[in-house]
Amino acid sequence: MSGPRLVRLPEHIVEIVSDAGEGAQKAAIAFAQLCAKAGNGLWTVEIIPSEIQPPPHTTGSASGNRIRLAERSQVTNAGNLANVVLAFNEMALLSRLEAGSLADDVLVLIDDQWATHDNERYQRSYREVLDKFRARGATIVEIPMNAETVRHVEDAERGKNMFAVGLLCALYSKDLSVLQSIIRSIFEKKSRDVIEAAVKLAGAGYQYGIAHFEECFEIRPVPTDVSKVAMNGNTALALGAVSAGFELCSMYPITPATSASHALSEIFEDFGGFVHQAEDEIAAIGVALGASYAGKTALTITSGPGMALKTEFQGLAVMTETPLVIINVQRGGPSTGLPTKIEQSDLLHAIYGAPGDAPKVVVAPSTIEECFYILSVARKVAEEFRMLVIVLSDANLATGQQLFDRPDVSGTPQRPPLDLSPVPLGALPYDWDPTTGLSQRLIPGQPGGMGVTTSLNHDRDGKACYDSERNQRGHTMRSRKLAALQKSLTPPSVHGAPEGDLLLVGWGSTRGAIEEAVDMARDAGLAVSSLNIQFLSPLPPGLHEIFAGFRQITTVELNYSDDWEDPLITKENRRYGQLAWMLRAATLLDIDSYAKVPGRPYMPVEIFDEIKRILGDQPGTGSAAEPLLATKGAY
Amino acid sequence: MSSLAELCVIESGASEAHSLDDYESEKPRWCKGCGDHGVLVALQRALRKNNLEPEEVVSVSGIGCSSRLPHYLNTYGFHGIHGRALPIATGVRLSRPELPVIVVMGDGDCFSIGGNHWLHAIRYNINAVVLVLDNEVYALTKMQVSPTTPDGWKTKTTPRGTYLQPMNPLSVVMGMTNVSFLAQTATWLPAHLDETIEKAWDHHGLSFVRILQRCPVFMPQAFGEGGLNFPVVFLENEDGIPVHPLLLKRGQTQAHNHRDINEAQRVAVSVDPAPMGLLYQNPDVPAYEEIRWGRQDRPDHPTFIERLDSVLDRYTVS
Ligand SMILES: Cc1ncc(C[n+]2csc(CCOP(=O)(O)OP(=O)(O)O)c2C)c(N)n1
Ligand code: SF4
Ligand SMILES: [Mg+2]
Repeated sequence: MSGPRLVRLPEHIVEIVSDAGEGAQKAAIAFAQLCAKAGNGLWTVEIIPSEIQPPPHTTGSASGNRIRLAERSQVTNAGNLANVVLAFNEMALLSRLEAGSLADDVLVLIDDQWATHDNERYQRSYREVLDKFRARGATIVEIPMNAETVRHVEDAERGKNMFAVGLLCALYSKDLSVLQSIIRSIFEKKSRDVIEAAVKLAGAGYQYGIAHFEECFEIRPVPTDVSKVAMNGNTALALGAVSAGFELCSMYPITPATSASHALSEIFEDFGGFVHQAEDEIAAIGVALGASYAGKTALTITSGPGMALKTEFQGLAVMTETPLVIINVQRGGPSTGLPTKIEQSDLLHAIYGAPGDAPKVVVAPSTIEECFYILSVARKVAEEFRMLVIVLSDANLATGQQLFDRPDVSGTPQRPPLDLSPVPLGALPYDWDPTTGLSQRLIPGQPGGMGVTTSLNHDRDGKACYDSERNQRGHTMRSRKLAALQKSLTPPSVHGAPEGDLLLVGWGSTRGAIEEAVDMARDAGLAVSSLNIQFLSPLPPGLHEIFAGFRQITTVELNYSDDWEDPLITKENRRYGQLAWMLRAATLLDIDSYAKVPGRPYMPVEIFDEIKRILGDQPGTGSAAEPLLATKGAY
Repeated sequence: MSSLAELCVIESGASEAHSLDDYESEKPRWCKGCGDHGVLVALQRALRKNNLEPEEVVSVSGIGCSSRLPHYLNTYGFHGIHGRALPIATGVRLSRPELPVIVVMGDGDCFSIGGNHWLHAIRYNINAVVLVLDNEVYALTKMQVSPTTPDGWKTKTTPRGTYLQPMNPLSVVMGMTNVSFLAQTATWLPAHLDETIEKAWDHHGLSFVRILQRCPVFMPQAFGEGGLNFPVVFLENEDGIPVHPLLLKRGQTQAHNHRDINEAQRVAVSVDPAPMGLLYQNPDVPAYEEIRWGRQDRPDHPTFIERLDSVLDRYTVS
């Protein structure tokens, strides 16, 4: 036997799925670490069953991961259709087909125990599903995963996943000894027997693969000297919060935000910080606000429904100009919606959700690396401008893993002690600079600065007042800070050429897929570029100039918009994607939107198809010759 | 709220004795005859008695007539939103345990919209003086039913009389884990009010005080025409709240052991006559902020960086 043929590839996407509880997630984590350690760029996405105890051997029970790995270290999104799927049963396999995530010619590795299983229903469905895949052009490799596993451990349910990761190690020509040391560290807290069994099973899977695969893949990492870290976006937010100098995080558990608080709870007390789990989301923001009022740097972490509960307090933070940071890891809505899935539907709520006119700052990280750094920006803006800063992350960033340059934290500035120096009696708590709206904050403990901070309208002296002149002034000063901040921002940079037929505008985690689609389109000769907007409130400068370079502009967002083809939909009543609403209002340009709620990230090909559709025939949107300006003299 | 956590005490320059004026801010805008005036004065006296620097104290309130109090007290104050004073106060205590905190709420504020925070604050047992000014009505919004409005009384949302029995906040407090201090007093008994607030101030932990408060505008008939015909019984204990001989014409006294939780629970459920004085005190319940500060490490800057680096090591792949 000469061993498998080696095929070199620039990148691949592999999915690993099992019934919930069978450990595909663990296998995937080990495999992802193996690839990351080798220096492959990667992006992982969790495949999560939506129920806690789904019935086994059903599509609803599928649990696992998608891993996109590449030669280059920079992978910005989960990619297109998967090339390989390793499934513990045919229903888990089928679930991925139903999710539309597999290539027609996908290589399927599947446990063959169901072919001869006692349960005839399983036998039948196993045959049917595999026939379906064969008909589509898939290659099926049936592997006695269960049988091989029971040769090493009594209970195959506990260990099959390690056999599986051994298979993948062989399939992708990785180093078995590295995998085994990763397994040892993953199971660090388990007994010796468990660890050794896992290590042995990985070895067995590896040997099986080498002996039976006809073809193995090699994705050779591009060598680099730069130290890299791999983590998910929620961990990046947590570590970013520590490194940005936050001292208190007050939260109430909600998917998909909770794991950020978990990561923070693990370490925060070692850094002089607290995670306070409050009795509800309202209390959570209240505690953070109280801490910030008292001079500490505080944040609260939540997701859509929690964000809704926090709106009254947001108004209070704005009114009292108390610095505060809220992280909203967005999920599918409305209401409980799709709790574990990605959506970008909280943009307008973030910007406008509060009683009255409440100017806030809203920013959105677009990569996991940005999740780490964005909290320093958020803290700085919150404190310098005495403003509420909302960071909009999402479920895709939250649970995806990405490789990025290890942050250099050696220069992290030291937290200065609270400045409690006396101020002259009667010092103004809102000594607004009329040109910027900025003022110095007084902190409890500062002699001379006593006075009430009130949610009522107030003037520079902080005292409640009800006349129109002073109401107008308070509003103007709070709003002016947004303009002052906007003046300090730099224009975003265009991905691709500065002019062309089409500009795609996105925000948040869709960036990677949009840019990849733009690259595909440009390779195909289409004049397309893209723009990612990080500051959503205030919008960054330079948008008019950038937009002027393009004949058409469309936002790409993971939120709802009506389709032009939908019944009843006209120019007058169409609801656009949320960023599109903002940009239309801000620029008076006829900006369209491609906005859907699939509950998963966009694949670059979907966006590429949309680009082709827009630049080809454009049903409903009017002809390309129609001028972009909706209003004369928009510039 | 005796022992300020010794974690980082503010160095205050002047330490001469303060006068009452030092704690006075703008002129109170409550109605004439409103019980809230007396609570303000009692608080100012407690501050003077403890000779606190005005800048060292934080008073936090929600929304309501009663919640205006921080405006009239010359300390740092936070007049927040309806029902949410306790979370804000918890945030202040968690981050600055050296600052004494007073919380002022109305009955609607605390028992209704803020009910969840109320229960949990008792369990957290932050070190703060928590006063509920209970006029048995929503006064600021001009007379709607409150959780403590007596059965059958007419308000603007119950013009034909209320539908439910009033809530007994004392029994709720006594049902909570970690309760450490509960007292009841009334605005028409100023000496008792003063003593109660002082006692609350001296307690280490959350001192919960329900103050029966006259609202001559919207509830003139409450508490037996503002206390004139209101049956009370004064709880007596040499460690409790002193019962001035003049009070005895308002009600009888009853010996009470406020260290005994069962006895306190029994007294808490009896509403007629209303128990006045210290129902319960347990100074040994740990305060949440002190538990948290006790478990937290505060590394110097080089150690901070070192630790951050070693956390990053865990995620480093190459
Ligand atoms: C979220 C919210 N809901 C309702 C109100 C209106 N509101 C203001 S004060 C109040 C009730 C006041 O009653 P209470 O708390 O007993 O205080 P009092 O005025 O009697 O001292 C209400 C309902 C508000 N300000 N905010
Ligand atoms: S309405 Fe009642 S509670 Fe409000 S200030 Fe007047 S008397 Fe006091
Ligand atoms: Mg009231």
